Amino acid sequence: MLWYTGKRLLQMIPVFFGATFLIYFMVFSLPGDPIAALYGERPPSPAVIAQIRSEYNLDKPFIMQYLLYIGNFFQGDLGTTYSGRSVSDVMASAFPITARLAMLALAFEALFGILVGLVAGLRKGKLFDASALVVSLLLISVPTFVIGFVLQFVFGVQLGWARTTVSGAAPLDELILPALVLASVSFAYIVRLTRASVSDNLNADFVRTATAKGLSRPRVVTVHVLRNSLVPVVTFLGVDIGSLMVGAIVTEGIFNINGVGGTVFKAIRLGEGPTVVSFIAVMVVIFVLANLLVDLLYAALDPRIRYAK
Amino acid sequence: MTQLATETVNQISSTDSAPLLEIKNLEVGFRTQRGVVPAVRGVSLTLFPGQTLAIVGESGSGKTTTAQAIIKLLAGTGQVTGGQILFEGRDLTTLNAAEMQAVRGRQIGYVPQDPMSNLNPVWNIGFQVSEAIKANSGLRGKPLKARTIEVLQEAGLADAADRLKQYPHQFSGGMRQRVLIGIGLSARPKLLIADEPTSALDVTVQRQILDHLATLTRDYGTSVLFITHDLGLAAERAEQLVVMYKGKVVESGPSQEILANPQHPYTQRLVAAAPSLASRRIQAKKNQDAPTSEIFSAGGTDTALIARATERELAATGKDLISVEGITKMYRIRKSGLKYDELLAVNDVSFGVKKGTTTAIVGESGSGKSTVAKLILQLEGLTSGRIEFEGRDVAGLKGRQLLNFRRRVQPVFQDPYGSLDPQYNVGNTIAEPLLAHKVGTKKERQKRVLELLDQVSLPASTQFRYPSELSGGQRQRIAIARALALKPDVLVLDEAVSALDVLVQGQILNLLTELQTELGLTYLFITHDLAVVRLVADNVCVMQKGRIVEAASTDDVFDSPRELYTQELLAAIPGGDFEFGR
Repeated sequence: MLWYTGKRLLQMIPVFFGATFLIYFMVFSLPGDPIAALYGERPPSPAVIAQIRSEYNLDKPFIMQYLLYIGNFFQGDLGTTYSGRSVSDVMASAFPITARLAMLALAFEALFGILVGLVAGLRKGKLFDASALVVSLLLISVPTFVIGFVLQFVFGVQLGWARTTVSGAAPLDELILPALVLASVSFAYIVRLTRASVSDNLNADFVRTATAKGLSRPRVVTVHVLRNSLVPVVTFLGVDIGSLMVGAIVTEGIFNINGVGGTVFKAIRLGEGPTVVSFIAVMVVIFVLANLLVDLLYAALDPRIRYAK
Repeated sequence: MTQLATETVNQISSTDSAPLLEIKNLEVGFRTQRGVVPAVRGVSLTLFPGQTLAIVGESGSGKTTTAQAIIKLLAGTGQVTGGQILFEGRDLTTLNAAEMQAVRGRQIGYVPQDPMSNLNPVWNIGFQVSEAIKANSGLRGKPLKARTIEVLQEAGLADAADRLKQYPHQFSGGMRQRVLIGIGLSARPKLLIADEPTSALDVTVQRQILDHLATLTRDYGTSVLFITHDLGLAAERAEQLVVMYKGKVVESGPSQEILANPQHPYTQRLVAAAPSLASRRIQAKKNQDAPTSEIFSAGGTDTALIARATERELAATGKDLISVEGITKMYRIRKSGLKYDELLAVNDVSFGVKKGTTTAIVGESGSGKSTVAKLILQLEGLTSGRIEFEGRDVAGLKGRQLLNFRRRVQPVFQDPYGSLDPQYNVGNTIAEPLLAHKVGTKKERQKRVLELLDQVSLPASTQFRYPSELSGGQRQRIAIARALALKPDVLVLDEAVSALDVLVQGQILNLLTELQTELGLTYLFITHDLAVVRLVADNVCVMQKGRIVEAASTDDVFDSPRELYTQELLAAIPGGDFEFGR
């Protein structure tokens, strides 16, 4: 197990360099001059432009820029944005907010998704199951921003239960509504995944044998059906951690949250290489770690995987 | 304990005491879109304390459904539609869920059919045994653990204490079945329902397990309800026999009497078709120098079948269609970290198969016989050696050539549950190879599917059904139909008839032989069942631990086995020394 974990962590190294290099190259190749974009209608004097260029290493060839960036990165210097703030500062304010939002959403979708999916799977073909399927289909087919605006209007404006926008520090209670919106699509997938998995496992021979042992129905369901059904769900959740962290742009936009999504979007528009690359690098690490966590959880849930090649 | 034993003796001696289980006119139906389909139609049987009763019948006869109805564990939409199941005078059909839960495990133990799928893969063995004990006795903590070990040891796992933390996939089929027997008997139930408890195991393991089960149930005075398709096994293990056919009991009574003198035509057919017994007869008659033709008809097997085999034996000269030279397959098994164990699954095996003949590879599980099949099918790479098909080396075939090879050499696999896609209906399953090899138009494929279904004696309507709705035997017939779809030259049959009941087995073996003559097919028959080998094979290779220990013509192997191992295998055939009436 330890060996496996170590191997997976080592695999992160090429993934890290590959991803940062690609992203850096893409930002570098974006059309338009970042300095010109920064100053808009009134360009500064050529001397100032040259100074800024050398300050941000923009006058050097691409590969030098990348190597200088990586060198600084490992010294803990992630560079500065074109507006002069250090990138690490921006990260320190954006990441915790998004992480809180993503974790809250993950908790919602896992908890409710598995619960609803389990009940639907146990009552396949009944009313609850049919309604769960219809609702999940709705959530999957309606775009997130529509769900976002509707919930914002109903709970924020009409009922006044929640704030329509989230304040700067983004405390947990204000994030509940955005997290529900963010979780909605994944919730629908988890319901369907769990339902299918549960109804498959219910027909398994070992479930019949468990009942024949004289176990109670609740015990058979929780011990012999649920655990076996969680394997595919856990895979999905792991991949979802990544997309929740990154893909919150729409939700963050609706509720005016200063999270990762908005910051990266702004940085891309401005062509701020260091900001974009640093954020992406951190996201890549989160993605890889989340996948590692999934694989370890996988092995915990299914012992057959532990001993496989 | 002593008291229990005395009671047991009393119970056995007094068969005129009240019956333990009495089924009266039981009717079970399965709800479908076209109404209720009856599966059990008015079954009655009586089982006294301490007795062993076997329900015998082919797949689809309703024997398993009857057993499952007793403990209210009918699959899918099944429900009891009439009759009574009296257990110690109490009608089980009227019990509610909580009352039934108290009966299951504690009063009636259950040993299921397939040891591979009946243990939950994600929980360790100790957990699965102890939860059964906990549910039925309320033991906790240390006494629970001690009892768990005890139960497993009684079931024949001597090193149980060290293996509690292991998972089902680390146990062999025989060991898993021991675990399941342990679970079934853990609460000392009055009745044990054993549904084909050994049909997935080798003969030698089967013998050990059944002996063990017999000892345990005798010691505890447990009554046993055996469900089996194996007449030899029923004759050997049960005092009472109930023969079921299409959901009805056609004959019942003391097993020796029934098998020696079957009254109902169905039972007569069943007895006549039992292959293990046929081979015995052939051997016996031969010793008396009886004329060959009489032996075969007396054996109840297809006379033409064996005559043809003899013909082929004489005709089969010339070059081998498949020739295997010194093949070896080594598996590396990861232990921990960087360490590997090497397992020699196939060790320097050589043999040749002539066109139009049948070669059987016999051995217990773990002997490497299935690996040989996989190597020939090009599903696994060779470690060393050479396999030739029509004189050409098949190792390293790629792309189109490999596709052509696959088209001509088709497999039929061991597990009729695992080798069919549950999401595909039967018609699509059979048509799939045609589609994959782009044969014919949609209409032609459709026609071929019906033709194939007819060949494996399934009704045309089967094409719209799904594997889960079919019995094991029916599924295996579909697998055979699928393999025949492309009209291949060679069929590799990996335990293809092991899961079938005798009559269907007989039909399939006849069908295979007919097809062999018609199409000049060559068979490679992988099996643990020597009785079947006797009926179909021209040549036999006996494998043990990766090596061929004996290779000769079928007659030589059966009449004068040279190796001790072969003799052991022959001796372990159930019901081998029982005289059957024909």
